[in-house]
Amino acid sequence: QFAATGVQTCFHGRHINPQILADLDGNNWRLKDYEARGGYQALRKILAQGDGQGMTPDQVIAEVKAGSLRGRGGAGFPTGLKWSFMPRQFPGQKYLVCNSDEGEPGTCKDRDIMQYNPHSVIEGMAIAAYAMGISVGYNYIHGEIFATYQRFEEALDEARAAGLLGDKILGSAFTFQLHASHGFGAYICGEETALLESLEGKKGQPRFKPPFPASFGLYGKPTTINNTETFAAVPWIIRNGGQAYLECGKPNNGGTKIYSVSGDVELPGNYEVPMGTPFSTLLELAGGVRKGRTLKAVIPGGSSAPVLPASIMMECTMDYDSIAKAGSMLGSGAVIVMDDSRCMVESLKRLSYFYMHESCGQCTPCREGTGWLWRMVDRIHKGQGRQTDLDLLNSVADNIQGRTICALGDAAAMPVRAMIKHFRHEFEAMIKPKTLSASPAPVQASLQA
Amino acid sequence: MIPVHTPAPAASLSEQAFVRFAREVAKFPADGKQSAVMACLTIVQEELGFVSAESEKIVADYLGMAPIAVHEVTTFYNMYNQRPVGKYKLNVCTNLPCQLRDGAKALKHLEHKLGISMGESTADGLFTLQQSECLGACADSPVMLVNDLTMCSFMSNDKLDQLIDGLTSAEAK
Ligand SMILES: NC(=O)C1=CN([C@@H]2O[C@H](COP(=O)(O)OP(=O)(O)OC[C@H]3O[C@@H](n4cnc5c(N)ncnc54)[C@H](O)[C@@H]3O)[C@@H](O)[C@H]2O)C=CC1
Ligand SMILES: Cc1cc2nc3c(=O)[nH]c(=O)nc-3n(C[C@H](O)[C@H](O)[C@H](O)COP(=O)(O)O)c2cc1C
Ligand code: SF4
Ligand code: FES
Repeated sequence: QFAATGVQTCFHGRHINPQILADLDGNNWRLKDYEARGGYQALRKILAQGDGQGMTPDQVIAEVKAGSLRGRGGAGFPTGLKWSFMPRQFPGQKYLVCNSDEGEPGTCKDRDIMQYNPHSVIEGMAIAAYAMGISVGYNYIHGEIFATYQRFEEALDEARAAGLLGDKILGSAFTFQLHASHGFGAYICGEETALLESLEGKKGQPRFKPPFPASFGLYGKPTTINNTETFAAVPWIIRNGGQAYLECGKPNNGGTKIYSVSGDVELPGNYEVPMGTPFSTLLELAGGVRKGRTLKAVIPGGSSAPVLPASIMMECTMDYDSIAKAGSMLGSGAVIVMDDSRCMVESLKRLSYFYMHESCGQCTPCREGTGWLWRMVDRIHKGQGRQTDLDLLNSVADNIQGRTICALGDAAAMPVRAMIKHFRHEFEAMIKPKTLSASPAPVQASLQA
Repeated sequence: MIPVHTPAPAASLSEQAFVRFAREVAKFPADGKQSAVMACLTIVQEELGFVSAESEKIVADYLGMAPIAVHEVTTFYNMYNQRPVGKYKLNVCTNLPCQLRDGAKALKHLEHKLGISMGESTADGLFTLQQSECLGACADSPVMLVNDLTMCSFMSNDKLDQLIDGLTSAEAK
């Protein structure tokens, strides 16, 4: 009765050329429905079933490269290139892992993909396994979306029963076992090496990279990890060709991308649009800024991405390169929209609390720094900020960034610097009057710059 | 914090739980049994409401792990209850995207309605209220996760009232 139906989030028909979320209605997630939409044809094609001529692993990787598919988990790493890193002739076990630990605040696309189109992920993983010669895979699913985990298990059973997973798939020589696994409430397990630790049954504490998982992954074996959406994009590429996928997006940014639009918009939800779609178009699809207010700022790629003021954002197109050029990152594609009524200090305070809470504690700069950042933003918000706090915030952020094992440290530091860079006056306004009335000392000129 | 009723000390795992344990272990290589620890602890919590030291010991024995290694897992992941909680554990997301869409308000409303602060349980042991980080359902805000398994979306104050009243009256019967 209270559960999401997906009507609001992804069955709204306001996508542009959707590939993954096309033709879904919430009830057609089963195998037979997926096959009616053309599902598993890509797998049949590469395995030379039906009309398919068969494709070699190299040909599969070449198509993915030609399509310029980039990792949808946030870093945008070229997927075909990552796949080509896997040692093909490695004698022992290799693993394939799907990162469905979607925990980046603002991101809710992987849930809808697995809930309403789970077989697209299964088929994508099977194709990837074939391309890299892998026989065992796991999908690690965010613990909070347990119903989706159960749905995915059901879809796996269907695929196994139909001979699409398991030994000698579709009568070929290709064998691939796929299992679902789940987290239980730790944001850090989305980081790929923390995820591997967790999958091994330990605390999710990231490992040093390099070695990358491609050489030392699950149980120390070569492992490829990709995001849910990355895998879900693969069947379309194999069916229609890498060139068609590339043309659907823009150079170096192939295909479509699902953006989770949240915050101050009329119609929050997931929107699948071609890479390179103007931000203004995406905002329009989401019904525009709520209650007729005006746009103040946007966090374009999940809470770890630096905030951008409206004027810059409205000039951007939604793809890795454009957002990077504007000084932020496309990240997981979580577009957090803020209107002119929002207080940036309060927003930053909530984000800083999150990173403090989720730091795994291994690195001193992150463990201590995230707490320090939060305490400072908190006191500014309470009107107890000190004149030196803004410089100190920047300096603490500087000392975290680039000095930690994983990117969570950077994710905590970057929003702080961007908020101060673009909205310094809001922070100063909260610090100044209180300080003046509280202490007789004159305001130092240097701090007003 | 108001103490909640401790379940009968004799509470133990059902046979079904061990069937489910075995299913989880089978997903992993023979020398990777430990990989099933999170799933096993989740099953424990589903049956017993929380993960006690005794339960950790059972899981440790089952998977051939040191109890302390199991304990490390219980304490690292936010969703494991390390002590008994109310019959209904309500986790409301208040992270920024939800805060922008009344997530924090939903939490306030529940605090008011239940007469407790976040982190506490009601005196009758029925409800535990917690703030949580992103549940991965941001576009459905306000969202609330009930007992780790059920995601409730678009929880306006009216819907929250309906849910709480419904659960309370079902309990009274
Ligand atoms: N989707 C979500 O919920 C979240 C996403 N993120 C995103 O995660 C990103 C950071 O992720 P990281 O994994 O730390 O990025 P990264 O740049 O270290 O790695 C990206 C991928 O490429 C692979 N890779 C990179 N260089 C390689 C090499 N030389 N050889 C072999 N493989 C290589 C890595 O193994 C990884 O799979 C951020 O940009 C952020 O946007 C962050 C938090 C949450
Ligand atoms: C703190 C942190 C959290 C992350 N969380 C996720 C996540 O929830 N889902 C995801 O796919 N990638 C996440 N990543 C990125 C992964 O480490 C990795 O880059 C990604 O799964 C690779 O897949 P891709 O190449 O398909 O993007 C996270 C990274 C960091 C540093
Ligand atoms: S940066 Fe933070 S989260 Fe990442 S390994 Fe270090 S302490 Fe852990
Ligand atoms: S921020 Fe609340 S569910 Fe994601």
